[in-house]
Amino acid sequence: MKEPLIYEISSPGRIGVTLPELDVEPAPLPQDLMREDLPLPEVSEVDLVRHYVRLSQLNHGVDKGFYPLGSCTMKYNPKVNEDAARLPGFVHTHPYQDPCTVQANLFVLFHLQAFLQEISGFDRVSLQPAAGAHGELAGVLMMRAYHESRGDHARKRMLIPDSAHGTNPASTTMAGYETTEIVSDARGNVNPDALREHCDETVAGLMLTNPNTLGLFDEHVLQIAELVHGCGGLLYGDGANLNAIMGVVKPADLGFDVMHFNLHKTFSTPHGGGGPGAGPVGANERLAPFLPGPVVVRERVEDDEAADEDVYRYLLCMPESSIGRLKAFYGNFGVCLKAYTYIRMLGADGLREASENAVLNANYLLSRLKDTYPLPYDRTCMHEFVLSGHLADAPDVHTIDIAKRLMDFGFHPPTVYFPLIVDEALMIEPTETESKETLDAFAEAMIQIAQEAREHPELLHSAPHATPVSRLDEVRAARDKVLHCLKG
Amino acid sequence: MSYVPNTDADRAAMLEAIGVRNAADLFRDVPEAVRFPELDLPAPVSELEVLRELKELSEYNVDLEHAPCFLGAGAYQHFVPSVVGHIISRSEFYTAYTPYQPEISQGTLQSIFEYQSMICALTGMDAANASHYDGATALAEAAVMAVNVGRGKRRRVVVSAAVHPEYRAVVRTYTQGAGLVICGDDGNPFDLEALVELMDADTACVIVQNPSFLGYVQEPSTLRTLAKAAHDTGALLVISADPISLGLFAPPSEYGADIACGEGQALGGGLNFGGPYLGYFACREQYVHKMAGRIVGQTVDQRGERGFVLTLSAREQHIRREKASSNICSNEALMALAAAVYLTALGKSGLRKVAELCYHKAHYAAQRLATLPGYELHGQGTFFHEFPLHCPRPVQEINDYLLNEWGIIGGYDLGRNYPELANVMLVCVTEVTTQDEIDTLVEALQDIEEAL
Repeated sequence: MKEPLIYEISSPGRIGVTLPELDVEPAPLPQDLMREDLPLPEVSEVDLVRHYVRLSQLNHGVDKGFYPLGSCTMKYNPKVNEDAARLPGFVHTHPYQDPCTVQANLFVLFHLQAFLQEISGFDRVSLQPAAGAHGELAGVLMMRAYHESRGDHARKRMLIPDSAHGTNPASTTMAGYETTEIVSDARGNVNPDALREHCDETVAGLMLTNPNTLGLFDEHVLQIAELVHGCGGLLYGDGANLNAIMGVVKPADLGFDVMHFNLHKTFSTPHGGGGPGAGPVGANERLAPFLPGPVVVRERVEDDEAADEDVYRYLLCMPESSIGRLKAFYGNFGVCLKAYTYIRMLGADGLREASENAVLNANYLLSRLKDTYPLPYDRTCMHEFVLSGHLADAPDVHTIDIAKRLMDFGFHPPTVYFPLIVDEALMIEPTETESKETLDAFAEAMIQIAQEAREHPELLHSAPHATPVSRLDEVRAARDKVLHCLKG
Repeated sequence: MSYVPNTDADRAAMLEAIGVRNAADLFRDVPEAVRFPELDLPAPVSELEVLRELKELSEYNVDLEHAPCFLGAGAYQHFVPSVVGHIISRSEFYTAYTPYQPEISQGTLQSIFEYQSMICALTGMDAANASHYDGATALAEAAVMAVNVGRGKRRRVVVSAAVHPEYRAVVRTYTQGAGLVICGDDGNPFDLEALVELMDADTACVIVQNPSFLGYVQEPSTLRTLAKAAHDTGALLVISADPISLGLFAPPSEYGADIACGEGQALGGGLNFGGPYLGYFACREQYVHKMAGRIVGQTVDQRGERGFVLTLSAREQHIRREKASSNICSNEALMALAAAVYLTALGKSGLRKVAELCYHKAHYAAQRLATLPGYELHGQGTFFHEFPLHCPRPVQEINDYLLNEWGIIGGYDLGRNYPELANVMLVCVTEVTTQDEIDTLVEALQDIEEAL
């Protein structure tokens, strides 16, 4: 491969765009404030385009092939979403325009809030957070604000299962809480007995992912909610795995008080190579006043008697006891538009169909692989499942080797070494948008790799072979710390 | 339409392989009483219908292709070269996840490495990360980072009142559980030197915006005084800077900043009603290990070829969990790509030219507007592409008239955030504003005085 750096194809005097000439009298420039040098590259438009097109070709994306990255819900991103978000009437609006001039934007946001409320069972939703972890921080700060508002200052601890995403403890720390880890039981559930021991008046709440990161629906979820609520705590839902349960169960009905959504997972908006996403947060009646804002509300326009149906005016407002703003403006509007489009196209039946097929695909793939790879928790899974890459008859082969070898078959590897409670974890999430043929091809590759692991382990150790670069030296990167290519 | 390729025959074969009768049987772990609720959502529509519906809906907006606009205040209308949209529409970029598997993510990784290089070029800093959600969260993370640099012992964050009001609000939201003292932002937004008085041995950082929220470029001597005062007490200087302004003005490194961050939307991002935007973030080398977010570093593969990986991950949540420097995971990678493409297209001379166009046009507008009776610039100093304009009547009244009678979107009402600046409008003019639009604004404001 070897695509030069953009700075390496720079040549003084080139430029990639034409700009208009000044059409007014110039003002004197403040010489004492000006910079001397601006080390940006200088390239022509054609060189720029070829550079970035060639770089794009070094990537694997959902549009190129199967991407069963567990916990990330790499489903197909419908193209109509992209077109919807690029409609000029939406794109070219400024966040500080008078609300009466952006009623279409507020309409979309209001109805997306309402859709998410209906899907989750929560009373209110705020679209402010820009990513899942951002929504998590919102949720934990809301729990804190709730306890503080009741004068309940003794609650210092957040309970977090050992299977939780790393963002849960990190968000907890940012919100000023200590974390207490709760062990899982032999069936991959939160162990209710272990939980009971920790439930006291110092507990702010429990952060639960359900289905959890093993891809299992917690069999004791109602009991867990009761235990946490019983000691005055609150139940936080990590909505990363919502793709398993749309139209199957509303998280609020399971006892969750607050939960974040990942629009870039469940609702088909693309991941963008690491964002932008969107992490709306929903809450029941108890926590709704603390939601981050602004949120969109509507009021009936009284004087419009001529209209056939009710006419509404949409407004921005802060929830009454809001934790405040989490970012400037109103959330990732462009991402919200894509999720809105998706929900409008699927409707209630389509969302349930998506979840059912996500779970069907995962269980089918599991049935094809569980005789080849160790399955630490042998249950019906939800939208994903976790195998171990520790093969008894190939002790020198590790999950990392299996992951790298999968690339040679044109597949993105699963999530590896997570959750931490499974030795050599391989976390596989196929999503509903993959066909049986794709799942079969992946299963066959995995089975072949297991055979190679026994017979030709060197093939795995030296993998990948068919990629633009071979295995990269991560230790050297951390040691050398070459973080940019500027000279001097 | 649920984008599911499985046919009935596929489903039957799969169910048989699993050993269950129907898909509903897969959900027996879900408590029966709440299983399979009815969802009350609008009936699904086709692709044709949803696009028609959204297009019609979008036309209810007054958009900036149809109305001249003088709003800035943290979200700026700039020309976005066509190459930006085309490159970020490459689905190899936008349908990829965070580049956890570097061998098949070199496109994302190298483009972020180049983006980091360009952010270092703009700010003069030693290292940049792969992005934050927006300028406001980047600033909040800067405050948290400064507290971490002080090993959590320094609890005071001094913030200038001339920092974007919503950014200040976000700093408060982020730190509300940490028990920090945030001070300074109730002071005079035109008096930065007063912040020196607020710095003590307990101070983690002082935060300044440049150009300020009110549009003025801060005096280098004042900034150096602040930097010295901060460093003398062991605190950091954090600068939030508009990146286009850095095409013209001295970078934060030159006046002693330890962290430079800001809103990168202006770099090819479009307005999008406030998001997705781009928080850029850079710091001095000695603080790299305290920086939050993804960082890409250069290395070699087994064949000795250059390649790129996510690095220094021991700072991050997926490794350090409760001890991580931040909870950030997804960021705004695609917007960072847009910024890199934008900065590449413009290059050394183009960014300077855009900045100069903004500067000259804004000064032309200021000079014309200040000749109107009752209108004058509020405050003094060098401004970049925005300036506070004192008006003879409430800004809301003027803006309503401009919109309804002239189809013009007026500037930002500073009275919303600064009671002492009632009747002061923050007017923004960029390279996309034409002389004709500026002259029309002047004419419209004259018209108001006659009409009202």
